[in-house]
Amino acid sequence: MENILNIFVRSIFVDNMVFAFFLGMCSYLAVSKTVKTSVGLGIAVILVILITIPVNYLIENYILKKGALVWLGEGFADVDLSFLTFMVFIAVIAAMVQLVEMVIEKFSPSLYNSLGIFLPLIAVNCAILGASLFMQEREYHSLAEAIAFGLGSGIGWMLAIVGIAAIREKLRYSNVPDPLKGLGITFILTGLMAIAFMGFMGINL
Amino acid sequence: MSNQKKEPLFSAKNVKLFTTPLSRENPITVQVLGICSALAITVKLKPALVMALSVIIVIAVSNVVIAALRKYIPDRIRIIVQLVVIATLVILVDQFLKAFAFDVSKELSVFVGLIITNCIIMGRLEAFAMANKPWPSFIDGLGNGAGYGLILIIVGFFRELFGSGTVLGYPIVEKLGIFSIGYENNGMMILPPMALIVVGLIIWVQRSGDKSLIEKK
Repeated sequence: MENILNIFVRSIFVDNMVFAFFLGMCSYLAVSKTVKTSVGLGIAVILVILITIPVNYLIENYILKKGALVWLGEGFADVDLSFLTFMVFIAVIAAMVQLVEMVIEKFSPSLYNSLGIFLPLIAVNCAILGASLFMQEREYHSLAEAIAFGLGSGIGWMLAIVGIAAIREKLRYSNVPDPLKGLGITFILTGLMAIAFMGFMGINL
Repeated sequence: MSNQKKEPLFSAKNVKLFTTPLSRENPITVQVLGICSALAITVKLKPALVMALSVIIVIAVSNVVIAALRKYIPDRIRIIVQLVVIATLVILVDQFLKAFAFDVSKELSVFVGLIITNCIIMGRLEAFAMANKPWPSFIDGLGNGAGYGLILIIVGFFRELFGSGTVLGYPIVEKLGIFSIGYENNGMMILPPMALIVVGLIIWVQRSGDKSLIEKK
């Protein structure tokens, strides 16, 4: 249990998707102009990550990994399908995004309208694929650990985008040098936020 | 850059397709695409170079494939088709790196896989390859890949030079004897935040030089 909590906290603060690995930067930069839309996108990312991580975890451990197919019979002990990882993961993510889109459209049309074009874009959000690939690389021992990692990464990503959106809203009233306006200052601000987040480094529960 | 001008294939228009993404239409600093997989691997110059090459190959080839297929791809499922083409190419690149450059492949870890979700590639497929012939698409892919690689290499160069005092692993600062006058490596440059700040500074420099790129508002 302690281990799970540790993974969860670490993936929010220490191994933050945006600040430590620069994942999901495209939508992070494009959608962080107002707090409202960034909250919506953050929620959508958490939802998709929370569905794709467990699915990909099961696929990885029962189909793709070397020897994972042993439940089919002894003859499959040597089968190694791990070269298919990228293809399978991205297919799962694209399918899940479609699914989440349909569910949100059905149950919350207002959220659906405000998210608009961002939902399909999540399919190519590197944070999602990145989370799955990190999950594979770090070899979590149980499904619960993987879910804790997924939830943590999603929340961490949302934290980052909401934070930068809030700063950018305030930034409109400040006097930024012309060539730095917009993109440039956002990069530098993200860098400064990342430095602040480095204060969490070394946290271990 | 384009030294084969004698060939008729390199008409002025095609050359322009290659050169604009290097500066005015740079995918990273102007179009803001594909930053995701870019910055984490710029601590050293070598992985940045490998990454740049991989992306150039993937983007150029996928552009050609999609441009060749563009009339046969149903509109509704084009995203999936594009993803499949990109993912196939990335798997090839990944397996190639694992076989011939294992240490670099370890260093790049998940970021090779993340080329799949690199928005530059999807963006070029959507915006260019779906509407153009294979040859211009190829040039467009090369140009955008190179524009992306250029930024990676600049960032990687400065981070390695100031962070570790080396260039491509060669201890240039030590050889020049700058350490003896009290210079020290800036450990900050190796940490992730500095990649963002360096890109921010590159944008600043570029936009100071080219006023038309400054964002209004």
